[in-house]
Amino acid sequence: MSAIKEMVMAKAITAALRDELAADQKTLLIGEDIGALGGVFRVTEGLQAEFGPHRVIDSPLAESGIVGTSIGMAMRGYRPVAEIQFDGFVFPAFNQITTQLAKMHNRTDGRVKVPVTIRLPYGGHIGSIEHHSESPEALFAHTAGLRILAPSNPQDAYWMTRQAIVSDDPVIILEPKRRYWLKGKVDLDNPAPDAFRAQVLREGTDATIATYGPLVPVALAAAEAARAESRSIEVVDIRSISPLDDETIARSAAKTQRLIVAHEAPTFGGIGGEIAARVAERAHHRLLAPVLRVGGFHMPYPPSAQEHRYLPDIDRMLEAVDRSFSYQRSA
Amino acid sequence: MSDGRPARRASISGAVGEDHTVQPEEVQPVQLLTPEGKLAENEVYSPFIAELSAEKLRELYRYMAMERRLDAEATSLQRQGQLALWAPALGQEAAQVGTIAAIKSSDMVFPTYREHAMALYRGISPEELLTMFRATRHTGWDPREHNFHVYTLVLASQTLHAAGWAMGIKQDRRTDSVPRDRAEDEIVVACIGDGATSQGDAHESMVFAASYELPLLYFIQNNHWAISVPTRTQSRGPLVNRAKGYGFEGVRVDGNDVLASYAVASKLSGDIRAGSGPKLIESVTYRMGAHTTADDPTKYRSSEEEELWKGRDPIARYRSWLSSAGHADEGFFAEVDAEYKDLAADMRKSVLALEPIDLDRVFDTVYSEPHRQVETEKAWLKDYEAGFAEEQTEAGTAG
Repeated sequence: MSAIKEMVMAKAITAALRDELAADQKTLLIGEDIGALGGVFRVTEGLQAEFGPHRVIDSPLAESGIVGTSIGMAMRGYRPVAEIQFDGFVFPAFNQITTQLAKMHNRTDGRVKVPVTIRLPYGGHIGSIEHHSESPEALFAHTAGLRILAPSNPQDAYWMTRQAIVSDDPVIILEPKRRYWLKGKVDLDNPAPDAFRAQVLREGTDATIATYGPLVPVALAAAEAARAESRSIEVVDIRSISPLDDETIARSAAKTQRLIVAHEAPTFGGIGGEIAARVAERAHHRLLAPVLRVGGFHMPYPPSAQEHRYLPDIDRMLEAVDRSFSYQRSA
Repeated sequence: MSDGRPARRASISGAVGEDHTVQPEEVQPVQLLTPEGKLAENEVYSPFIAELSAEKLRELYRYMAMERRLDAEATSLQRQGQLALWAPALGQEAAQVGTIAAIKSSDMVFPTYREHAMALYRGISPEELLTMFRATRHTGWDPREHNFHVYTLVLASQTLHAAGWAMGIKQDRRTDSVPRDRAEDEIVVACIGDGATSQGDAHESMVFAASYELPLLYFIQNNHWAISVPTRTQSRGPLVNRAKGYGFEGVRVDGNDVLASYAVASKLSGDIRAGSGPKLIESVTYRMGAHTTADDPTKYRSSEEEELWKGRDPIARYRSWLSSAGHADEGFFAEVDAEYKDLAADMRKSVLALEPIDLDRVFDTVYSEPHRQVETEKAWLKDYEAGFAEEQTEAGTAG
């Protein structure tokens, strides 16, 4: 039986959850509407029927409660996977995530492990109403004690989800909801590369675009478009935001000598700035231009009727590539 | 104040001479021992006291006295700059000792940060207890060893952890997989103060507990003051009535009565063990000391109120009854006093000897698995500090 299957990202995550539920009795799912409905994105579809209401738990409508009780279950020896319905609704749980989940292992001097996974459908471009399209990753990346993953394709989504669940640390998985229906091959026998490392998805020589999650396909398309202009763009899928594989990103930047970092989140105070600083420290002398950022603006996520002007697209990435080439090597 | 809302300034100036501890809608708390030290009969609760041996009765006193001695010593250590902060439990000894003595040592307890008597009862040593207040480590004990979780300062957060732990208990039983180191009949106690009942997490915890019929006992110590704000700003009705809204039983108890505290916790924990689902205790007590050593109660409450509650001192009341009922003689009290004098001296010595955690250890416990940024920063700090060490060596050689 071939273990390579074509599936959409949402179903790759479903498969990962199913496989972990089957592998370990201590793995539980908890969240709003994840049972009979299968979640608002149907990611948990069929799992309650298969594993029962006590392992796929429909929670009261209370995000702090979902994360707080997940912490308690994890202390007791379980591996809860909590679903937060949308990015914008993670904030009622912000206290539990940042003051409790993130710190528990540290404040107990390593005595208490809290292997909680939080699945967070995130990002825009779905034409929704407010609070349904946000990218809060920088807020969590700034909190020591959390691991943050952002898969961009079904293969990564499957293996990152499994790696997150078996990790003894708390992990937030940012699931790019605009890519839930993106198809791809999933090799169920051969793991994707380590979830906490970046990966070069497309080799190039003239500039690097580093990004994660929903913008990876955009970066690949931008690289393809640039080829028409005889520019060879390397694309790095950052994959893990915490820890950040600055080594792989800096190596690529040192090679191509130009780096553009893109994310949907606002650039101000964002992950792009962190990457720019780290790459400057590691590869300053190799760079022909400053690291440039492409991202959202310093505004609340706009009404989706205007999101096409807010979100980075191929043209915004190519404009940044042009801008990078406009810098001259100084004497 | 004409619209009925408390105006902050007015309520502070109105504090003097006003008893903030009387609530508009009173629910008579269960009391077995009167402030004069007389034992009353109660059909439901007296039988729980009747079965206590004289030795057990004396043990309750011992822990109350131990807490009070520790509290005085810790306050003085803080005044001398040896603790970063101290949160006294002075006046709440009966509420805490009565409750913890009534549950099993195998029951998991999730405390706030003032459950010192409960911690001592669970075998946590004074220096372990004071470690976080000396700020040498965030916590001094292993929660698993004492079935007593570490203190939680972000109010009410731990009530959700307690609910999650209780969900785990139920799932263990359903799947016949209670871990070998846990008791089959375990229940959970979630401690919370009157102020923290206003936190959203307290509400969410009670919603989860009710929905999933969790084996969870909420232990609210209503000490009447959330720093400077009286309980009636948190709730216009007795806190015990909250339980009804969630669909479970709550009982109000005189928290300065160790026997009533014991009896009520025995009754409710027994019910929970028998499968009743969650229960709630509102233990009406009084924070006789300051909120913490950084607080100044003279700014917001009257000396009349403090005097009133001094007359309800839980230890004096219990001591008087132990004597009059013939369960303890003066020799016993003298022995306890001597013992805790030693304890205070030992505690002072061991607290002053507490070594701060190494920052390397802090790096090492941020995650349980390797993390690139943590490792890089740890290595950087090591190199940086090694540079100073070399300079010092060179300076030493040159000199």
